[in-house]
This record gives sequence, structure tokens and C-alpha cells, in this order.
Amino acid sequence: MPIDLKTLTIKKAHEHLAKGDFSAVELSEAYLKNIEIHNKNINAYLEVFDDAKEQAQKAQKLIETKTGGMLAGIPVAMKDNILIQGKRASSASKILEGYMATYDATVVKKLKVEGAVFLGRTNMDEFAMGGSTENSAFGVTKNPIDTTRVPGGSSGGSAAALAMDGALAALGSDTGGSIRQPAAFCGLVGLKPTYGTVSRYGLMAMASSLDQIGPFGKTVEDAEILFNAIAGHDPMDSTSIPDEMAKRTKGTSEASKKMTIGIPKDILDSPGIDADVLKNFNEGIAKLKSDGYLIKDISLPNMHYALSVYYVIMPAEASANLSRFDGVRYGLSKKGATPFEDYAKTRGEGFGREVRRRILLGAYVLSSGYYDAYYNKAWSLRNLISKDFADVFKEVDVIATPTTPTPAFKLGEKSNDPLAMYLADVFTVPANLIGIPALTVPSGAVDRDGKKIPLGLQFMAPHFREDILFRVGKSSF
Amino acid sequence: MIEKKDIEKLAHLSRIEVSEEEKDVLRKDMESILDYVSQIKEAVSQVLPKEAGELRNVMREDNNPHEKGLYTKEIMDEVPDTENGYVKVKQIL
Repeated sequence: MPIDLKTLTIKKAHEHLAKGDFSAVELSEAYLKNIEIHNKNINAYLEVFDDAKEQAQKAQKLIETKTGGMLAGIPVAMKDNILIQGKRASSASKILEGYMATYDATVVKKLKVEGAVFLGRTNMDEFAMGGSTENSAFGVTKNPIDTTRVPGGSSGGSAAALAMDGALAALGSDTGGSIRQPAAFCGLVGLKPTYGTVSRYGLMAMASSLDQIGPFGKTVEDAEILFNAIAGHDPMDSTSIPDEMAKRTKGTSEASKKMTIGIPKDILDSPGIDADVLKNFNEGIAKLKSDGYLIKDISLPNMHYALSVYYVIMPAEASANLSRFDGVRYGLSKKGATPFEDYAKTRGEGFGREVRRRILLGAYVLSSGYYDAYYNKAWSLRNLISKDFADVFKEVDVIATPTTPTPAFKLGEKSNDPLAMYLADVFTVPANLIGIPALTVPSGAVDRDGKKIPLGLQFMAPHFREDILFRVGKSSF
Repeated sequence: MIEKKDIEKLAHLSRIEVSEEEKDVLRKDMESILDYVSQIKEAVSQVLPKEAGELRNVMREDNNPHEKGLYTKEIMDEVPDTENGYVKVKQIL
């Protein structure tokens, strides 16, 4: 049968593959053909794997013998900071020139067992630092919905690959919104799971107290299928939470039948939020209300510090994590007259502008004279914000905000103003600081220059309550 | 105020070579970012005690070592400069 990529979901594809309506090879070929047509312009993929067809043939065997999972034969796009053994992985940086992954990330291993087909690796902001995929060493990615606009970032390539029907599923990483913001900008569903539920073994670290791997899907159900496939305790990641501990923390209580959604009014009144975004958000909430949800105004008195806290802690951790790129063990290696010069040249030439900026910023806030004023203060505010959220979650099941303060902006609009770019993360960073799960679902679109530009609605739930997010997400979209 | 010599010091500590033009750009960028994040200094300084979460051992038992040399080739293949199976670096002392 002909394959209609536009309306295809993981669940539908799984059923068609099981019935033999089309084969895993035919499915992958349909996507590869689309990539061939669109990728030149969109630049979602940095590399399309030459063994995709071979992988699909293997997946077809799993499907025929019924030994694969839900994802058997499903074409997946991988962010370029997640390792697949024997494939290049660069985090879109020149410093990893020529680097070939020496092992599989745990999420990759899990998807291989399911029988997923990796089509290629996707573009991103270098080392996941950015919100537009303009900070890539390998050119910008364009938003497939309006090619004059950014796809968001840092997982912009994964979002664009899915939005241009260049894959049926995609994985990204989210440190401050890097899955949810591009998902919103490209009209997709994106999930940042609870900190510690998905193993980060094989993910290139940016800020280790914030990073999480998560899925992109066209529907909430697809995101849920992917999440279930990649979640679970992993002894190879010491921050991964043992399953019984997650269960215990989650508690046994079912979410109440009539769920309450909290709206942080004070945050929504702050300047810098697009009027159309606010209108769209209010319409979304009104719809949920008419669907039977209780809506409650809540107060998160310290949430307006979240962005500042994030932009202290994140660069501090990144400056430490990125010290491993030294030109000695892998990747780019530039030579000077002394060992010091070897490092400085390799890192000076290998790292892009935003990465250099954040490493220096991290070194600054960690230096002895400023440590207390910035880093320690940020941590104590982080704890305060966590406490505020925990208090609010005693009264509501979920908290809703817009995913982003504006729709997708124009290419180049913010690339010379790092602070303006950072402000786009205002609604997404709190979930990372607290470690709670957050989901974005498409919430309609706004008119911009005669085009319909998508917006997202974000839901946040207590730790380990992805189930609540999926439930609310399905009923709102 | 961030000065040029601060940028030079940070670049030195971070082992990153920075060009003269970029020093000025970095100085301005850092100043505007630090100016923004400095709002945390004005926050009510209610310093909460540092709390560890639930304590658990995240280390594995030191047993069942893998066979020697199992991963050596793949890892050494990534090293830019080698000699006789060693990672080659400049003389340090």
C-alpha cells in the first residue's frame, strides 16, 4: 500500500508493519526519499547513515518473527550528541572532527533491541548550547514550516527532521528546554523526562545536574511509546534512578479523576511575552476548563529567578564538563610550541563562539572571588524554587505555561545578542532546575507574514509523573 | 565591570586561545549576561541548608573485570597522536 507519511504515527506504522501492508525497508526508503528532497534546504541531518537499508532489513526480520518491540522498523533521527557505535558523533562541533563513537549510548542500545532504524544524526547547537540551531559548526537548520525562521534548539535538527517527514521519531537532549522549545517551534510533541529516568550513558555532557535525553513525536502517544522504550535504571549512569526508588517516590496515588491545573499568573504578566502567545495560552486553558479540568491560580514567587539561576549553574557545569576536550585523546588536535599551547590552540579553534563564551562564564562564576555571590547563591535559589514547586504540587496536579514566550523567530534575529537568545528559555528552565518532567504539545498557530507559525503549551508534573503529563497532553491535543 | 585582563585570565584558566578582537566582544557579552544574572544577588538571601537527596551507593562492586585489551583498539584509534601503543604528548617537565 502507498505510505502516507503526513498522517503516519508510530502506532499506525507498527500496525501496518505487523500486518505486512508495507515492509520496514519500504518505510525507511519513503523517509530517505523525503530526506533526499528536503535536507539540502532544511539541513536537519548532518549525516544520513549508509547502512539505513541494512538496518531496515534486520528490523523486517524482527517484525516477521515477532521478536522486535513497538519500535521495530520505525525510522528514528538521532541528535548528534548521542553515541551510536561506529558512527560519527560531533555535537556539531569542529573539536570532534573525525570522532567515531566507540560504544552505544544506553538509549541507543535499548532502541536497537526494539529494532528501531537509525536514519542519521541531526544538527544541533554546538554542544547543545543555544536555542536556534544557529550555533552549529555545520550551518544553520531551517524551520520546515517557514524556512526564514529557526527550528529552535538546541535539538533543532531532530525537530526539523520530524517536521519535514524525514523520520517518524527522534531523540534529543534537554538541559534548559532543548527538546520542548524546538518541538513547540516545529508543531511537535516533546518531552523532558524526570531527571534520572532515562540513562545518559553515551550522551555528551553539557550541564550534568540538568541534562536529560527525551523524545520528539508527532503525537503524545508517540512520545509516550518512545519514553517507555528508553526509560529505566542503568548501572552505567550513576545519576540514573533505581526503578523501585522511582516507584516509591512516585507513590501509589492515582491522579485525581478531576485534575487541577495550576496557572502561574504572576509569571505570565511579565514583559517579553508575545500578546498572541498569551492569547493562545488562555484559549488552551479555556478549552481544558470546558473539558472538565479545574483551573487554579498559583503563585511561584521565585520562578522569575529561574533563568538567572540557570545561566549561572549551566555554564559552571559546562566549563567543567568540556575540559575533557583537550586534543590529546580524540577529535581535533592543533599543535603549538608547548603542551599549554596545544590545549589552547585546539580548544580555541575547535570550540565555536557560544561554547567559548559559556566556558569563560563558567570559569568566572566558579572563581574564588565570585563563587559565593554567583554559584552558591544560585544553588540556594534553586532549592528555594524547588520548594515552591513542591508546595504548589500539593494543591494542583499539573502546572501549565506557554512553552515559549514567542513563536519561532527569524534566522539571524538573535544570533548576535546572546542574552536575547537566553530569554527564550524562560518557561522551560524551571523543570530542569527542579528535575521534574515537562511536556509540550502543539496548541495551534499564529499568523506571521501570511504563514501559520505553531505554538506550544507546556505541562509540568511532579517527579516521575509522566503518566499525568501524557493524560493531560492527550486530552488537550 | 569586566576588563580585558579578566577575559585574558579566564581564557588562560580555560585553556582557550582568544583573538584580540574577540576579547572585546567577549567582554561586552559577559558584562551583559552577568548584569542580568546579578538579580540573584538581590534575592531575599534566605539560604536553605544544603540537602542531599536519599543516600544510596551508586558505585558498582569492583569485580568481574573485562578481558584486558578488549576495548583498546577502538579507543586508541581515536587518539590523534600515538607511538607504539601509547598516547603521545609533548614533554611536560
